[in-house]
Amino acid sequence: MTQPFFGSIGIMHYLIVSSLLFTLGICGIFLNRKNIITILMSIELILLSVNINFVAFSVKLGDLTGQIFAMFVLTVAAAEAAIGLAILVIYFRNRGSIAVEDVNLMKG
Amino acid sequence: MADLLPTLIFYLFAAVTVFSGVMVITAKNPVHSVFFLILAFFNSAGLFVLLGAEFIAMILIIVYVGAVAVLFLFVIMMLDIDFVELRAGFLRYLPVGAAVALALFAELVMVFCLSLKHPAALSPLRQAIPDATQISNTQAIGDVLYTWYFYPFQLSGIILLIAMIGAITLTLRARPGVRKQHIGRQLDRKREDTLEIVKVEPGRGI
Repeated sequence: MTQPFFGSIGIMHYLIVSSLLFTLGICGIFLNRKNIITILMSIELILLSVNINFVAFSVKLGDLTGQIFAMFVLTVAAAEAAIGLAILVIYFRNRGSIAVEDVNLMKG
Repeated sequence: MADLLPTLIFYLFAAVTVFSGVMVITAKNPVHSVFFLILAFFNSAGLFVLLGAEFIAMILIIVYVGAVAVLFLFVIMMLDIDFVELRAGFLRYLPVGAAVALALFAELVMVFCLSLKHPAALSPLRQAIPDATQISNTQAIGDVLYTWYFYPFQLSGIILLIAMIGAITLTLRARPGVRKQHIGRQLDRKREDTLEIVKVEPGRGI
């Protein structure tokens, strides 16, 4: 049983790596709820795990669609990181700190 | 035995990626977090190269490491942030967070194990598609991306344009006292605004 598992690399190995990274990303959001930069980095980890999943299945099924979609995930991740950091920068400009739990103080 | 080296390299890349992921979320210094994120990206690019998707691997390094991670670094170093206060509550949420993460991981692994009944589930992954000795991965992606996936390709360009407009609009500061040309105002100039005819008495000035 162990020889086929540890001997050569199959799709299962990549899926386990991908799910480990995914849970680490979720955990990161959970633990660092005050630090929004770490939250953004955890989201990038989640998107990276999804990319690994897509490319692994693309190779397994012999279909390039997985890799094409991984490129689009990359595009959207970059756009979202840019906008998230822009919001963070102007939040900091207005507040002087990035404690985002104060954001509901804007409620009239 | 011919598979030994790729297997070992896979385990190396995978282990460093997961280790970097752990360090990203637990590092005290956010600059260290970004560095470990960059390490995770590099190692997963290595994983992609092992899979035969070298185009995605290089794009990952150019875009993710070269642009996104550097952007993170810029923002962290630009903002004067008190990170000690932001880490409060880390240990408080650790039991619940670890429990949620473990439950999620257990469920995911359970789903994978269900697929083990299929005979092809553990078969080793063979390299790229199509046959890598004939055309490269880059050419294969290019053959497909600009023909079958042309609309999503254009849409992703529009998404990037909107993100750019959004980021600029959010952070642009209009500084007072900057002298700029206003072409419209220059063209709207009338003769009355420029010339003034004064009758000058001889011997007197204006």
